[in-house]
Amino acid sequence: MAKQLVKGNEALMKGAILAGCRAFYGYPITPANEIAEAAAAYLPPVGGVFLQAESEVAAINMVFGAASAGVRAMTASSGPGISLMGEGISYLAGAELPCVIADITRGGPGLGNIAPEQSDYFQVVKGGGHGSYRTLVLAPASAQEMCDLTFDAFELAAHYRNPVIVMADGFIGQMMEPVEFPREAKLPPPPEWAVLGDARTRPNLITSIYLEPDALEAHIRKLDAKYQRMQRESVRCENYMTEDAELVFVGYGIVSRVLKSAVNRLRNEGIRAGLVRPVTLFPFPTEQIRAAARTAQTFFVVEMSTGQMVEDVRLALAGMRPVEFYGRCGGNSPSAEEIVEKAMEVMAHV
Amino acid sequence: MMTVEAPPKVDKGRVAINREICKGCGLCVEACALHVLALSHEINRFGYHPAVYQGHGCNGCALCFYACPEPAALEVYKLEA
Amino acid sequence: MSEPLYTLKCGKAGCFYPEYERKADLKDQTHYCPGCGHGITHKLMAEAIDELGIQDRVILVSPVGCSVFLYYYFDVGNVQVAHGRASAVATALKRARPEAIVISYQGDGDLAAIGSAEILHSANRGENITVLFVNNGIYGMTGGQMAPTTPVGAKTTTTPRGRNVWNDGYPLHISEVLSSLEGPSFIERVALGNPKQILQAKKAIRKALEAQIKGLGFSLVEVLSPCPTIWKMDPVEAQRYVREEMTRIYPLGAKRDRLAEAAPRPLPEAPPPLEEIPRLLKIDTRPSPPSARHLEGLEDRIKIAGFGGQGVLLLGQLIAEAGMDDGLEVSWLPSYGPEMRSGTSNCHVRLASKPVDSPLVTRPNILLAMNEPSLRKFLPDVADGGLVLYNGQHVPEDCHRPGVRVLAMPFAEMADSIGSAKAGNIVMLGALMALHPVLPDEKIDGALKRLVKTERWLELDRAAFACGKNAALELESCHA
Repeated sequence: MAKQLVKGNEALMKGAILAGCRAFYGYPITPANEIAEAAAAYLPPVGGVFLQAESEVAAINMVFGAASAGVRAMTASSGPGISLMGEGISYLAGAELPCVIADITRGGPGLGNIAPEQSDYFQVVKGGGHGSYRTLVLAPASAQEMCDLTFDAFELAAHYRNPVIVMADGFIGQMMEPVEFPREAKLPPPPEWAVLGDARTRPNLITSIYLEPDALEAHIRKLDAKYQRMQRESVRCENYMTEDAELVFVGYGIVSRVLKSAVNRLRNEGIRAGLVRPVTLFPFPTEQIRAAARTAQTFFVVEMSTGQMVEDVRLALAGMRPVEFYGRCGGNSPSAEEIVEKAMEVMAHV
Repeated sequence: MMTVEAPPKVDKGRVAINREICKGCGLCVEACALHVLALSHEINRFGYHPAVYQGHGCNGCALCFYACPEPAALEVYKLEA
Repeated sequence: MSEPLYTLKCGKAGCFYPEYERKADLKDQTHYCPGCGHGITHKLMAEAIDELGIQDRVILVSPVGCSVFLYYYFDVGNVQVAHGRASAVATALKRARPEAIVISYQGDGDLAAIGSAEILHSANRGENITVLFVNNGIYGMTGGQMAPTTPVGAKTTTTPRGRNVWNDGYPLHISEVLSSLEGPSFIERVALGNPKQILQAKKAIRKALEAQIKGLGFSLVEVLSPCPTIWKMDPVEAQRYVREEMTRIYPLGAKRDRLAEAAPRPLPEAPPPLEEIPRLLKIDTRPSPPSARHLEGLEDRIKIAGFGGQGVLLLGQLIAEAGMDDGLEVSWLPSYGPEMRSGTSNCHVRLASKPVDSPLVTRPNILLAMNEPSLRKFLPDVADGGLVLYNGQHVPEDCHRPGVRVLAMPFAEMADSIGSAKAGNIVMLGALMALHPVLPDEKIDGALKRLVKTERWLELDRAAFACGKNAALELESCHA
């Protein structure tokens, strides 16, 4: 099928609708606005609902409502809005409601700025809201993946009955690349557990309250078993030239693209560099990173933050190999040139 | 439809109170203009003094029913015409 | 003489569960305190549901507060939600299932404090939902803290000296506030102060549900309700307090009743067939064009910069679009944010014969500078052997760089002479394609056709492209 040059954010929303998304509730924030704008343009004509909510707090709870009624639903925001949604995401996870949340990240803390950062890793990957829950997190690195991973996100959300977050930085959201869209749209029937307002589903209950400690513990254990199943079954990771790599970069999103460029340049300089790019941030590709240590002497994590994912890389390697870190933040992105320079310094000491 | 045997003096209505569900709030007693309800001197299994119907004098107005906060504590019956 | 027969006139409503299975124990009794208004409100709501025959259609939203366990009791579809968000959840439930009857049941802390934004906007949108708002002037479940509805002077655990208007403000009159909006169709305040008031409350609840059934939009019943335990009153005294004190602060009656004149909200249209979706999403379902050419080793890193309004972003998109159409790998990355609304603007374009690794252009081999600040800012980044086109009469003295070809042409002025200075970006594109001919003219023209909105501008841009290309070719031949 022909490719179309589209923005990552627009590709994301079209992928969502093709996956059966029929409800979008959101609140304006840069750099995620094109998602809501695409939802406003395309959802009503396909029989879906678009509503600009009064706040991110309302938006995520509207997603809760739509998901309760068995509709594939989503919202999109950026760091500050995701902070506001934390409580709602916890409720969605606690009530085992599937939904997709796009976080097109920007600079923080506080108002920060609207330029791209990757400093939402902790809040998105480690929880953000209260309670023992996880969200499955996908990190696209191209406009094509904004479509494809969002499409998959709805399937994963339905499969696990859990919120799935598509986390991309502002660059991935804003840039245009050729995208080949899926040829066919899908629209699965509402799941059995949904509350539809009819006789068949009258006995159904959506709730996250378990008053008795034993009941809540059993519920939390069940959720935890699900997260462990994600870890076993749904890890995704891209390896680039790691077969013989002595230096292995780890980076996701836009950074992984810059790192590919850095790998190519380092290879030209005679350094066997490679890249492990986590596509799922939770579940984290722990095994894939450990596998790369078979050849790698050194790991080098690059992020657009002061270092968040690097903790997971260090946990994965558990001291097996040194883990270097280089980060830019505030909306600055590391260039391939500066990464090459840093990598050369690191390799000089190996 | 449930039927209950009528007392000798024919009242227009009757009240049935489940003494084990009643929490003894007394709102039905307060609602009854005919003063045919009272709180029992006895206590139920939860330690409340449940409301009791004195057995006659009810006109079936059902105001006690609407005053009662417990969905299953109190029923009002009406004499068939 | 036959025995007189008595038949049940009033008993447990049919839409209550016969036994409250979801409760851990005491399965035939509610969890409410003796004399609590929630139980009465539940009974009134249940009777209305039974009378209207809507049990199968009801989705009941349980809030946070003492009524968090509504779903223990009502044999309807149940959704339990976060504190204050019931009307937001109800909004989406109703939008998802327009045939359902969605009831949001909320207390005064839930609705009037933490959920004040959600209720205001649900009402203002005229969401076709019904809200039962139980106002007892206190936080019950958390143990007696001040609510926005607490009477002035009332002692609570957080107003130990009584509610003081200078510190705590005034009791919030939700029904009046919401009645100032256009969205609601029905709002009434009722009370549980005596059986007469309770019967009026029943009528109001039924009316509110009828409004929803008829599709007339937002309906709300505010129920002034006793909380004997927290008020530290016996139930009869608490009922008297509702009847005599609360109704003075909160006058009873219908605040909004447009049931007679309101028009039903339009129902959503039937969705299109699934196979129509790609077309509706403007997805190109034609087979992909064969890769027209293969430029071995092409690896252009183009930076385009200028002021907002100079067409910097469009110029980049045209190159990327034409490149994609020509079978090349491409990417386009804008600077975005405040600078796209004013001030400077730039974008990064990659054109390559191999998949694009980084879409970020930090060492451009081509710089298109629409103004002098952009030239000065990005010239140092240009790779050796690079090409720079600058929109100006001359290259500034200090902007020459060995190993980099910097070429000045008055692109905007040239565009002005053919119709509009705004086409300066396309004149520049023409010049670029003369000096660095990596894209065929017909691909550029195809991109223009897709991206330029009006016929007038398309013609102007075609002329601008030709103008720039010819001027640059002329310049080259002079050099030669």
